[in-house]
Amino acid sequence: MINKTLIGLATIAVVSAAASGAAHARDRIQVVGSSTVFPYSQAVAEEFGNKSGKPAPVVESTGTGGGMKIFCQGLGPDHPDVTGASRAMKKSEWEACQKSGVTDITEAMIGYDGLSVAHSRKGKTLNLTTQQLFLGLAAQVPDKSGKLVANPYKTWKSIDASLPDTKIQVFGPPPTSGTRDAFVELVMEKSCEEYPAYSKLDKDKKKEACSRMRQDGLFIEAGENDNLIVQRLDSDPTAIGIFGYSFLYENQDKLLAVKINGVDPSFTTIQDGSYPISRPLYFYVKNAHRKAIPGLEAFLKEYVSDAAMGANGYLHERGLVALTDAKRKEMAAGVTGGKKMDAPTK
Amino acid sequence: MTEGSSNFARHDWDGADARRRLKRRYAANTRLKLYGLSAIVLALGLLAVLLGSLVMTGYKSFVQTHVTFDVYVNPENYDQANPFDSDYRTMIRDSFLKLFPEVPPGPQQRQLFDIPSTGAQLKLREIVAADPSVVGSTIRISVPVSDEFDQFQKGEGSRDAAEDARRVNDRQIVWFDKLAADGKISTPFNWTLFNSADSRFPELAGLKGAIVGTFYLLLVTFVLSFPIGIAAAIYLEEFAPKNKWTDIIEININNLAAVPSIVFGLLALAVFLQTFGLPRSAPLVGGMTIALMTLPTIIIATRAALKAVPPSIREAALGVGASKHQVIIHHVLPLAMPGILTGTIIGMAHAIGETAPLLLIGMNAFMTSASVGILDPATTLPTQIYIWADSPERGFVARTSAAILVLLGFLMLMNGLAIYLRRRLERKW
Repeated sequence: MINKTLIGLATIAVVSAAASGAAHARDRIQVVGSSTVFPYSQAVAEEFGNKSGKPAPVVESTGTGGGMKIFCQGLGPDHPDVTGASRAMKKSEWEACQKSGVTDITEAMIGYDGLSVAHSRKGKTLNLTTQQLFLGLAAQVPDKSGKLVANPYKTWKSIDASLPDTKIQVFGPPPTSGTRDAFVELVMEKSCEEYPAYSKLDKDKKKEACSRMRQDGLFIEAGENDNLIVQRLDSDPTAIGIFGYSFLYENQDKLLAVKINGVDPSFTTIQDGSYPISRPLYFYVKNAHRKAIPGLEAFLKEYVSDAAMGANGYLHERGLVALTDAKRKEMAAGVTGGKKMDAPTK
Repeated sequence: MTEGSSNFARHDWDGADARRRLKRRYAANTRLKLYGLSAIVLALGLLAVLLGSLVMTGYKSFVQTHVTFDVYVNPENYDQANPFDSDYRTMIRDSFLKLFPEVPPGPQQRQLFDIPSTGAQLKLREIVAADPSVVGSTIRISVPVSDEFDQFQKGEGSRDAAEDARRVNDRQIVWFDKLAADGKISTPFNWTLFNSADSRFPELAGLKGAIVGTFYLLLVTFVLSFPIGIAAAIYLEEFAPKNKWTDIIEININNLAAVPSIVFGLLALAVFLQTFGLPRSAPLVGGMTIALMTLPTIIIATRAALKAVPPSIREAALGVGASKHQVIIHHVLPLAMPGILTGTIIGMAHAIGETAPLLLIGMNAFMTSASVGILDPATTLPTQIYIWADSPERGFVARTSAAILVLLGFLMLMNGLAIYLRRRLERKW
């Protein structure tokens, strides 16, 4: 008896599988890419699904590098249409794309992402310069004679007498995260330039020395999950954390931003570039898919529309620091017109 | 002999020495019992802490703050030719702003209109689509409030905090309090959590997509691993000769059961997606991957169940002239079925919580509608938890815990089913 029921169940399952299999010529738009661009693509996908009544696009967070890899694997329904990136496409990635036939790509810079450094509202206010951040976090720093030594600073006060006498304790993203890449590039490598001790080293060694974070337990890699960092900061008022600006924006009741070089992170300061730790965000689209995938054209239009990206658009509500109007119009025209991108130089 | 018996006699069973030894043995017994007991107390305590913290953070998301108000379905905003694209937002906006006629247009009205969720217009669209005759009349609708007000109503973030330290400003609190005083605010059970798919707005996000995806995934897993597992076990147990080769196969099956799940994910990525070109994020691929992981569990459980059928039954059937095939299909397999089913359900329960391999094949996709087949992209419960845990919106913190509770509920249900089947069908010889 049991056997027969099971066989029946299995048949139903196989038949339903076959039925849904017949319908497979992709009717959903596929978006992959950076976890930083993910919330924005998510918002556009939801809005597009609601407005058009078409099947909602599939948005997946794969990281910038992972997204590029899948994106550049080829054309056709088995490969995604759009990928988000928290940095521009690299030359090597562009070449991989060319090799697999993905030659006609449109690049769109959609806005900026600020990296915020913040601590609990229960803690003492802290203002830092990028240089002080570097000295607090690097694995090796120059001593008085300019020689590189293991980072001796244990408190902020020991870096600069004007800073509070609290222990250096920083929660930050792990090396696999795009946020970490951005932090290293914008804070660590930039500050590094100011010390002659590093420029003496050869290129690879310099890069390594500049980007290595201290490993004596004062910088703590807190995993990819920014929410966990927020929760840990809440329970430890002297600790500070590094994460995307949208998490600061959502948790204003718990967190207080650390002013960097005297500037508070906000939509205005990130947009005009006065806040020093911010990076551009991009998405890339395969132009060959525009006709083949139903709705892709409309989806892109929604992405660059005023309602989404304008000064009061819903992407702004999610924390995207939008482009200025002139830049946005130029970008939108490029996306709707399918402007082909040139080979990146780097 | 005499020496031996005198030796025996010298042993004093009631002497101080023996008593001390006896006492020590009893003490060791008690200690062992206590170790066991404290291990159980510790395990239960940890479980209680886990469940307690989940319930403490998650229970609030099982209710959702709603605001109820009258909406005039304005024919001017209704597009007869294309009802789907009508301007429902304006209808909601006009009607909602009417509740506070004193609020001047501009930023203040925008702040006021922050109170109802963006989902309100979708709800109105649904109502009108179901019954177009409401156009031109006034209807009462109850819609979720947006996340910051939901959090506020649930007591997250004190109203005494400085204005820039909370998500809702002083003016919005006054409006919200007035709505509450007028009885327009209610907190009903949050059905959205179960009957809608994911959304970027916590107040509109639900688990339907994840539950449907999990169902498809388990279906594929079951259809693949159950017959294959049983067939493999029957061959190994009933037909296979005992030699070097079967030993190697047996060892490998046992090893396979211990392989970390991420390895299966990498295998699926390389073979199913890149070589076979199967679609990304599809439950078919997820199910195939998980089936590979559950196969060893099912084979091992089935073999144990087959072994437990007494030889007398086999011999009796053979004795009355049944063939080997008849013995297995008519007698051994049905008798072993309770054990096989239990093993399978436990394997499935294991599969339902699997995350790592699914992340690699893209089953952590964000989708605002549930998938419609095993080739359509989908998420599963654990990957949905993963997505929510990583979202910045405050409302998702509680919803993550709620989703975990739902997943635990499913697990308990499945394990309960396994226990029930075992009790019900078990036979003693």
